[in-house]
Amino acid sequence: MTDDVILKISHVSKSFGAVQALNGVDFELRKGEIHALAGENGAGKSTLMNIIDGILQPDSGEILLDGQVVRISSPAEAQKLGIGFVHQEISLCPDVSVAENIFMAATNVSRAFLTDYQALQRDAGVILSQLADIDPSWPVRELSISNQQLVEIAKALTLDCRVLILDEPTAALTEKEAQVLFQIMRRLADRGISIIYISHRMAEIFDNCDRVSVFRDGRYIVTHKVRDIQPGTIVNAMVGRMIDNLYPAKMTAAQTSDEIILKVSNLSEAVRFNGISFELKKGEILGFAGLIGSGRSEIVKGICQLEGTVTGDTWLNGQKLALKHYSDSIAAGMVYLSEDRKGDGVFLDMSISANVSALKLGQVSGPLGIINTDKEDGQAEKLGHMLNLKHGQLSDPVSSLSGGNQQKVAIAKMLSVDPKLIFLDEPTRGVDIGAKSEIHRILRDLARSGVGIIVISSELPELIGVCDRVLVVREGSISGEVAGDAMTEENIMHLASVLETQKKTA
Amino acid sequence: MEVAAPEPARGGGNPLKNMFRMRETGLIAIIVLLFAVMSFASPYFLTWVNMRAMAMAFAVEGVVVVGMTILLISGGIDLSVGSVTALAMVIAGWLFLQGVDPWVASGISIASCTAIGAFMGFFVTRIGLHHFIVSLAVMVIARGICLLATGGRPLGLYTLPPEFKFIGQGSIGPLPLVIIIFLVVVLAFDFMLRRTTMFRKVFYTGSNEKAAAYSGIKTKKVIFLTTTLCSALCGFAGIIYMARFGSAQPTFGIGMELNVIAAAVIGGASLSGGSGTIFGAILGTILLSVVSSSLALLDVSVYWQDIIRGSILLSAVSIDHYLHKIRA
Ligand SMILES: Nc1ncnc2c1ncn2[C@@H]1O[C@H](COP(=O)(O)OP(=O)(O)OP(=O)(O)O)[C@@H](O)[C@H]1O
Ligand SMILES: [Mg+2]
Repeated sequence: MTDDVILKISHVSKSFGAVQALNGVDFELRKGEIHALAGENGAGKSTLMNIIDGILQPDSGEILLDGQVVRISSPAEAQKLGIGFVHQEISLCPDVSVAENIFMAATNVSRAFLTDYQALQRDAGVILSQLADIDPSWPVRELSISNQQLVEIAKALTLDCRVLILDEPTAALTEKEAQVLFQIMRRLADRGISIIYISHRMAEIFDNCDRVSVFRDGRYIVTHKVRDIQPGTIVNAMVGRMIDNLYPAKMTAAQTSDEIILKVSNLSEAVRFNGISFELKKGEILGFAGLIGSGRSEIVKGICQLEGTVTGDTWLNGQKLALKHYSDSIAAGMVYLSEDRKGDGVFLDMSISANVSALKLGQVSGPLGIINTDKEDGQAEKLGHMLNLKHGQLSDPVSSLSGGNQQKVAIAKMLSVDPKLIFLDEPTRGVDIGAKSEIHRILRDLARSGVGIIVISSELPELIGVCDRVLVVREGSISGEVAGDAMTEENIMHLASVLETQKKTA
Repeated sequence: MEVAAPEPARGGGNPLKNMFRMRETGLIAIIVLLFAVMSFASPYFLTWVNMRAMAMAFAVEGVVVVGMTILLISGGIDLSVGSVTALAMVIAGWLFLQGVDPWVASGISIASCTAIGAFMGFFVTRIGLHHFIVSLAVMVIARGICLLATGGRPLGLYTLPPEFKFIGQGSIGPLPLVIIIFLVVVLAFDFMLRRTTMFRKVFYTGSNEKAAAYSGIKTKKVIFLTTTLCSALCGFAGIIYMARFGSAQPTFGIGMELNVIAAAVIGGASLSGGSGTIFGAILGTILLSVVSSSLALLDVSVYWQDIIRGSILLSAVSIDHYLHKIRA
């Protein structure tokens, strides 16, 4: 890392209608550094990145590249200036092959009339192979979200860029994939490429970044060298107050109950999973761990009839379920929060209120099926308040919210039906520290009040911090269970990856 | 940035209301402007007779526009509306000439059109074909049946009883029945689309089909029903046309699909689904119809009329796209 500033942001402001997303922000990026950006949901991080990438134009302020004032009018312009951007939301063309998706950006900057596809395919192959084992000829829609995210990253790496922006790239990655990404980032930085890295995970910032800048409510707060400070310093700067306890207290022995909320027996699906049996007791939060592709999401989707043809038996609060369609599951009080927020979690171009009410319109309508918009708004207002949703008006489309706040809308949608059991697939993806501990607290409160909670997460510290018990899934069946002191990352990873027969650690 | 204060009376539950309001106001302004200009250009324009003629011209087509708008919102499209409307006339007219009671014949005809819609819905939702292709095929097939059944000549229905002709030709007070029917259909569907849970599911499905499925909505059923509804409304429109003309015309409604889709899109429906209003689509219909009759009054050749209509569509969609970009 040297001290020459490559990119300088000076007094940049941007507002969307009444929302002041950025307010006179300053920022400096040096050559060859990995510079983290931290801030709560809606602090303006993505907005600033969109300005640097030419997607948005600032209302006022300047961008200096190598000391020269530049006007970046479009992403194509940004690419020419050597700026690469991996977006927070995956934006690939789903029907087109991985290789073509990667070419798309590369052919864009090339000045040549004819494209050397063979060379591009080779380059794409090389870059992909450092990241993961993905076949470049596959259509993107066939890939898991984590692999799609890796393709996004590969896409940016094919560009010959000087500044690389990564907006929450690890939100959709497993631990292992994230580690590979960090190695690549370090290699790039050593080659003099500057990286802006946005994340809500303190550990990642402290392990991999050189400096960190904090934003709050659209303002630039402070920049530190990572090695000079403690995570608490950042968290305090982000939220403007102290956050002490990251995870809520677990279930005490006195709270344990023998009442069973969900019982699943010998659940199987043609290809996705096999012989799944488990129980969820009242008051406990149960976790599902496993590598991406292990089948953990498929199992819970199978339980609530969202996907696949499932055999086996399920009981909810002692009642045997005979579900034919996911709508029966909702009616029974069992809901699923999707891991793919943009793809199937929210209706981006519909209002916040209409999103929150989507699961059970009957709740906000009269006997003739006429929607009472006041009731609908009231519901969104109440749940939004509970989740501390940052928004303009309830009639605004969800696309106008920051990523983390979109996630809160998706969660509000689940809570709107007063569920008996919630499956949460990556519930805090892209959610900031404050809101994350808030969501964890809400989950704990719900569990205490008798609602069944099952959490799937790729973030092991989250599972360990939140759950009372964790089931580990490997290759479509449950490979083990950990609880209490045995809930460690090592034990879980071991069960998730090593071939071993059913093993119980208490 | 701040957490919004409660805002009760804003009707925030209505998807994209603000944008539509903006668009509808714009359309009304353009229509009023056109009226003002035309009343100077032609003394005949602002007369009751001309107004009535214009209203009659778009009223029946407006019923089809309603069906198309709902289908577009759900993410579909229907190119067969013109042929199916003609087929409705031909089926009812042919049955009548065979001695079937005209009311019964009309009932059978509307039921047949509904079945055609269900047939298309089946191909789209069960077989998985695209609306565009399925309805293109049905457009050609339905037209073929019309021509086959009539030998290409209109069926004169001179003996239609006056009570039946009253649907298309009668008036209640100063208002033609056709216009009353039109208003009832439009108001009813406008209200339902904005306020009922049933039609809200149409918006969810069109906005993001997968997210709708993940909200427990039976999206295939929704698409099947919107496809069927559109054809049923075509059948209904066909019967009104038959009562109005006193004949069944196998070549009626060629090119109607373009007019109808254009009206819906000018009124704010998106071809990618998820947005649109009946009110906007009807304003689009009125605009196109006022333009046509103005051009006719000004003796502009029909060929020019097509060119102008096409240009209006293009500019409306471009302006919309541009406004979208500014907002984003
Ligand atoms: N297109 C838009 N229209 C209206 N408001 C917007 C738009 N884009 C962003 N905003 C608002 O600007 C603010 C900043 O959003 P931004 O996406 O930059 O946050 P962020 O720091 O990236 O948050 P997150 O961590 O949740 O991704 C938010 O309050 C958001 O609602
Ligand atoms: Mg963001």
